[in-house]
Amino acid sequence: MTRIGRVWRKSVDGRTAALYLLPSIILFSVFVFYPMFRTIYLSFFLTDQTGNAAIMVGFENFVYLLGSSEFQNSMKATGLFVLYTVPITIILALFFALLANEKLKGIGFFRTMYSSTMGISVAASSVIWLFMFNPSIGMFNRLLGVLNLPQIQWLLDPEWALLSVSISTIWMNIGFSFLILLGGLQNIDEHLYESSRIDGAGYFYRLRRITLPMLSPTLFFIITISLINAFQTFGQIDILTKGGPSQSTNLIVYSIYREAFINYQFGTASAQAVILFLIILIVTILQFKLGERKVHYQ
Amino acid sequence: MKRVELIDVSKSYDKQVDVISNINVTIEPGEFFVLVGPSGCGKSTMLRMIAGLEEITGGTLKIGEKVANNLSPDKRDLSMVFQNYALYPHLSVQQNITFGLDVKKMKKEEQRKKANEVAEMLGLTEYLDRKPRELSGGQRQRVALARAIVSETPICLMDEPLSNLDAKLRAHMRSEIRRIQRSLGITMIYVTHDQVEAMTMGDRIMILHEGKIQQIGKPIDIYNYPANPFVATFIGSPPMNLAKAEFNPSTSELVIADELRLPVPIDEIGKLPRTSMTVGVRPENLYPITPETKAEDVFHVEVTNVEILGNETVFSFKLGGEEWMAKWSGQWHIDIGDRMPVRMEFESLSIFDEQSGELIKGTIDYGKYVKQQKVSP
Repeated sequence: MTRIGRVWRKSVDGRTAALYLLPSIILFSVFVFYPMFRTIYLSFFLTDQTGNAAIMVGFENFVYLLGSSEFQNSMKATGLFVLYTVPITIILALFFALLANEKLKGIGFFRTMYSSTMGISVAASSVIWLFMFNPSIGMFNRLLGVLNLPQIQWLLDPEWALLSVSISTIWMNIGFSFLILLGGLQNIDEHLYESSRIDGAGYFYRLRRITLPMLSPTLFFIITISLINAFQTFGQIDILTKGGPSQSTNLIVYSIYREAFINYQFGTASAQAVILFLIILIVTILQFKLGERKVHYQ
Repeated sequence: MKRVELIDVSKSYDKQVDVISNINVTIEPGEFFVLVGPSGCGKSTMLRMIAGLEEITGGTLKIGEKVANNLSPDKRDLSMVFQNYALYPHLSVQQNITFGLDVKKMKKEEQRKKANEVAEMLGLTEYLDRKPRELSGGQRQRVALARAIVSETPICLMDEPLSNLDAKLRAHMRSEIRRIQRSLGITMIYVTHDQVEAMTMGDRIMILHEGKIQQIGKPIDIYNYPANPFVATFIGSPPMNLAKAEFNPSTSELVIADELRLPVPIDEIGKLPRTSMTVGVRPENLYPITPETKAEDVFHVEVTNVEILGNETVFSFKLGGEEWMAKWSGQWHIDIGDRMPVRMEFESLSIFDEQSGELIKGTIDYGKYVKQQKVSP
């Protein structure tokens, strides 16, 4: 009895901490941990129509996926999509942020404009792009027509569809990256620039030796977030192409969605989700390992 | 070594109200010139105008013999130490020191040599590979100093460089900066709000208040002959005691705050204004009485606060609604509420015009000499 009493008294800090953590533990359990473990569990089963585990198949779902040309195609499309969108989004956002960080009259207007895409939902902006990509009445083909260039089937040509989706995704994501990078730029101590101006450093010298190193934690953050986001793209695919034409834009999350809610194959869908999770995990770990050396935290 | 000349310089942000106006001063080559004033008086703005970080909206700035109003900061041949040091957190101490040299595309070999020289001079040699965050406040301050020295510019600007240090280190760095300035012979323009720094470091000091020059001169002259009551209370610690006073012609006495009566020597009467005036007396010129003291020079005050600083005793009392302070050397056992006899001399009074605040009569020179100035035959 006394021993239990002592343990009870000794653990008072732990119990207090647990109490403080309880709200987020409950929320995380319901919305993150339970679905995650459920997904891993399901990935080892064949399921019935309602998504209940029916037959335990071990790793067969994974073996099937790795051999399936459809899944390989989906992986390739996802990889290309990430390569198209992430670097360009960040470079453009950095460029705009550098512009908008100058002290000019009315710069607040430009800052609002550049970050405004953050305020538009993926669905709404996808519909706008859908109109612009329209082969007959869309703005892009009209423009090509005016310039006497051949028309492009933006969303219908398998060669172009992924690029078109990438272009609209870059536009959608720039707002967020811009805002984060601008915040990072504004955090840099103004005195550093003044000091370097007295030394006679030019704009690009300052950019290379002060701005970019000082911005590196922010850049690192936004690269990580953008990578994860790109791997998880779904909304614009669903609205713009539905994975087509001929699977060329069937990104992995869309493929998971189709497998689960159109084909009712919850087992293979879960297996795909687990593979996606592992890929993102590995990419992020790699990035931390390689990138952190070049990041200067204050 | 270069001269810096400001001719009728002014600054305004909205083109209507001048935050700084009518600045006329010539800073001589090799001089240690201190800009001092309370916060918000425009001293930092003035320094930044000299550095080229703020636009000059009126008047002329000359550096050397050249008009420098529109020169970019790097063409002005100066270095600057910032209040927060502005060290690059991602660069090592060595890279911080050589940043300016690298900008000027100096050879790496030479950069390293210069950095080592300066580091040795400031005792930073063993920290060259560290990052600023791994240094103490005093060491960071030295790195900032090293960066200014290594550029070998003839003019150095400092913006409250010691305000982030503790009192002891500050006293040490004061003399260190002074020593370096003397040995390199650079023209130094130094901004501070601390009158002790101004008094101890400056060859000449300039007191600014609300963007206007109050007085320029040698520290001791400013201490002895403050141009107006603001300067009188700003320079000196504790500050000069001030009170309203009137001259009574019938008794030829000065009536201070309706309470004290001080006889005026006959040859001084003519210099006093007919109406009221402001008189000031330094705390150290309120003396303890001695057996020889004449009764009419003594007045009694009720002590409201006492501070014993070891070798001197400061006590305060109320006079005409103002708190006055007296500083006596030595340790005095005084309690709050005691009635103390205090002696005051007419010679040590500073008298200011009540309207314009101009100094009418200064104190006499209390300076002492180790050697007799005049050698008797």
